[in-house]
Amino acid sequence: MYLLGHLLTEPVGVVHYMIVGAVLFTCGVVCMATKRNALGILMGIELVLNGANVNLIAFGSPYLRGAEATIGLDGQLMAMFVIVLAAAEAAVALAIALNFYNNFGSIDVDRANQLKG
Amino acid sequence: MNPAATLPAVLAIAWLLPLAAFAVVWIGYSLPQLAGRRPGATAQRFAGWLATSAIGSSFALSMFALVVWLAYHPLGGDEHGGHGAPPSYSGDYYLLAQFGELRLSIGYYIDALTVAMFAMVTLISTCVHVYSMGYMDEELHEVADHEVATSDGNYLHRPGRYHRFYQYLSLFSFSMLGIVLAGNLAMVFVFWELVGICSYFLIGFYYERPSASTAANKAFIVNRIGDFGMLIGLMALWTSLGTLQFGDTQLTARTSAGHVKMVVPIEQGIFSKLRSEDQHYHLDASAMVRSAETDESAHPGYWLLFVAGLGIFSGCVGKSAQFPLHTWLPDAMAGPTPVSALVHSATMVAAGVYLVGRCYPIFVPEALLVVAVVGAVTLALGASIAITAFDIKHVLAYSTISQLGYMMLALGLGGWVAGLFHLVTHAFFKSLLFLCSGSVIHAVHSNDLRHMGGLRHKMPWTAYTMLAGCLAIIGAGVPIWGIGFSGYFSKDAVIEQAWSFAGANPSPTYQLLLYVPIAGAFATACYMFRLWYMTFVGEPGHPHRFENAHESPPSMVGPLVVLAVFAIGVGWHTPFMSDLSVTSILEQARPAGTQATTSGTLLTELTLPDEHLSHEPEIADPASQSAFFAALLGVLLATMIYVWRWLHADEIRQSFAPIYKLLSNAWWFNELYQWTFVRPTLALSRLFASIDRWVIDPLVNGLARLFAYAAKLLDRVVDRGVVDSSFDALAHGTWDVGLALRRLQTGRLRQYMVFLVVGTLGLFAIASLCWKYALAG
Repeated sequence: MYLLGHLLTEPVGVVHYMIVGAVLFTCGVVCMATKRNALGILMGIELVLNGANVNLIAFGSPYLRGAEATIGLDGQLMAMFVIVLAAAEAAVALAIALNFYNNFGSIDVDRANQLKG
Repeated sequence: MNPAATLPAVLAIAWLLPLAAFAVVWIGYSLPQLAGRRPGATAQRFAGWLATSAIGSSFALSMFALVVWLAYHPLGGDEHGGHGAPPSYSGDYYLLAQFGELRLSIGYYIDALTVAMFAMVTLISTCVHVYSMGYMDEELHEVADHEVATSDGNYLHRPGRYHRFYQYLSLFSFSMLGIVLAGNLAMVFVFWELVGICSYFLIGFYYERPSASTAANKAFIVNRIGDFGMLIGLMALWTSLGTLQFGDTQLTARTSAGHVKMVVPIEQGIFSKLRSEDQHYHLDASAMVRSAETDESAHPGYWLLFVAGLGIFSGCVGKSAQFPLHTWLPDAMAGPTPVSALVHSATMVAAGVYLVGRCYPIFVPEALLVVAVVGAVTLALGASIAITAFDIKHVLAYSTISQLGYMMLALGLGGWVAGLFHLVTHAFFKSLLFLCSGSVIHAVHSNDLRHMGGLRHKMPWTAYTMLAGCLAIIGAGVPIWGIGFSGYFSKDAVIEQAWSFAGANPSPTYQLLLYVPIAGAFATACYMFRLWYMTFVGEPGHPHRFENAHESPPSMVGPLVVLAVFAIGVGWHTPFMSDLSVTSILEQARPAGTQATTSGTLLTELTLPDEHLSHEPEIADPASQSAFFAALLGVLLATMIYVWRWLHADEIRQSFAPIYKLLSNAWWFNELYQWTFVRPTLALSRLFASIDRWVIDPLVNGLARLFAYAAKLLDRVVDRGVVDSSFDALAHGTWDVGLALRRLQTGRLRQYMVFLVVGTLGLFAIASLCWKYALAG
């Protein structure tokens, strides 16, 4: 409660962004862990990546941390990389999902258990 | 022409030609045969021609050398002086090796004896080569050996070995000439052994026959016994004198820079060391002892010379088949007959006599007495056994032993020329007799005298040449006119010397050395005519064999005629050149200082008379007449038994049964040696073999088994128990861990997600805890 109160009374800073990022990350993880639909899992992945992106942007922002404390454009640059990678990953993942559907007539990831030990 | 340069060169070529023939036949025929390629009959005949032409050329060169020798060294010039050293040339062809003082070289020592021996050996060898072309004819094609049965009951069939026969004959001729030419005792020894090995090859020519291979072994082993003694003699001479060279040799050495020959001091030979010119060629025993501090009264040098002489003589005992090593010679008749003629009658066995003659200056009178006694015993033994033998070749073999005894006796009694003269004449008539017997064997295919008889009508050439040989060996001649066959001169010379010796030594024991050769002359005549009568006179002993008998081809008869001419005439003085005869050539070669009458130092009453004294009429006449009558009696006895049939051989045999048994079993020498030497040796070998088999073998086997057992134990305990099981356990553990971990791989994607999250959280928790403690620590 102290933390919550503290957050609400303080001006918006890095910590707030980090909380948003953590929430997004947690949502993504929960989405990945619970969805049986492969597309849902892909969405969860996007959430996780973007949660991380929020953190990167926040750490790299001169407005939030002061010009002398930042590390320049690095945070935004890394976020850009993550976005590009996410797009590429989505393309590959969708192709996998399509092939999976062609073979099994569904995209239920629970049925993809052939690598069971 | 300089004889000092010409003679060594000519004789060296004559010596090496047979070696070349041997090499060509060996490389061209025997080596391809190893690879399975058999030369055809024509090619084999070519090998025969090759070897024959080689030895024939040797003969021509030897005759040339003889002519050169006679041209430069007129005979009879120095004959009765006897003071100077005989003319001789000695030197080295090639230095093999030098160890300190010991020089081993291929050298030459050429005197009249060498030249005469060269002519004799090459002539007889040529005759035998030619003769063998006819005799060994059947070896050109496949041979059925009727004396060897194979396991399936047939006779042995084998490819002919014509070329091989000639190969060994050539090697033999080379070796024999090597002995004659040799300039030092080491070289003599080398060729001595080569002759021995050739003899081994030739006796064992029909090696499939057990008798032949055994006889070859026997000859070789018995010869080795004598050669051991010879080695001792050589060592005695070498350690005492420091040289084995016969004559004085001019040593030459090349300087390293150019080809200028630098003359270094002359190496003194044995002869000039022992009989120096300063001492008037008297035997100087003190030369044997180098240190001056020895006790002169004990005669150490004299004893050393005695040992050296006996040692060399023991080699000669082996090679010349003297008692007690005579047993190999009769067995050696297992070889082809031409071999018997060349190797075991005329030349190889003569090498021993030759060597005694060559080393004569070394022998002290006591050693010569031993030579004489051994010769006399051998003479009596051989002659007595020959009377009862029925194998034609055995008769001749024992006759050879007996005649070799004559030679040794003569040499031992001081008759240097007499002994070597008998050697030369004997070589001719004995090779003639053997070749005649070969011709007879070729005709009737049997060695047994009882299968022969009456053959003189069938094969007159053989019969009458053999008669010439028989007359020569018994010494037929007319004492009053002084003419006769070659044996008449040589045997008379021996008996004259014995007579002279008996006169000079009145002791009754020494008289035996006179009676034995006279009795031997009687026995010789008896057994030779017994042989001739049984072969050529009387009724055929075996009608079937008689029917098939025929005269031998010209290649066999030719050599017989040549040898018969020599057997008759080799003892004669050449017409119109009364100086030229074998005796005068030999007289020229007589070693310096050995002619004069000498007495023993240890046996003071022993006197060896001057050989020239034996030619005085008061000695020569009775000796010659007694020899003549002894021989005449022998011929008469044989004629009475085998021609006139006044006496019957069977009756005589029965009435003298014990003596007959003794003689027909060759005095039981073979049995004696069998029981005293062969069997104990074999028993000893068997003992050692059984120790080997029953002690050493089990020991080794037991050790091996022990190790095998220990290894098995180690295998069970350590390898299987410890190493294997630990690896197994490791593998099992890994397997189990793998099985356990496999459960984690559920294949459920969402579960993996949870694992990821939980794991990440766990790592965070651990990291933050450890971080705190890490900072604190």
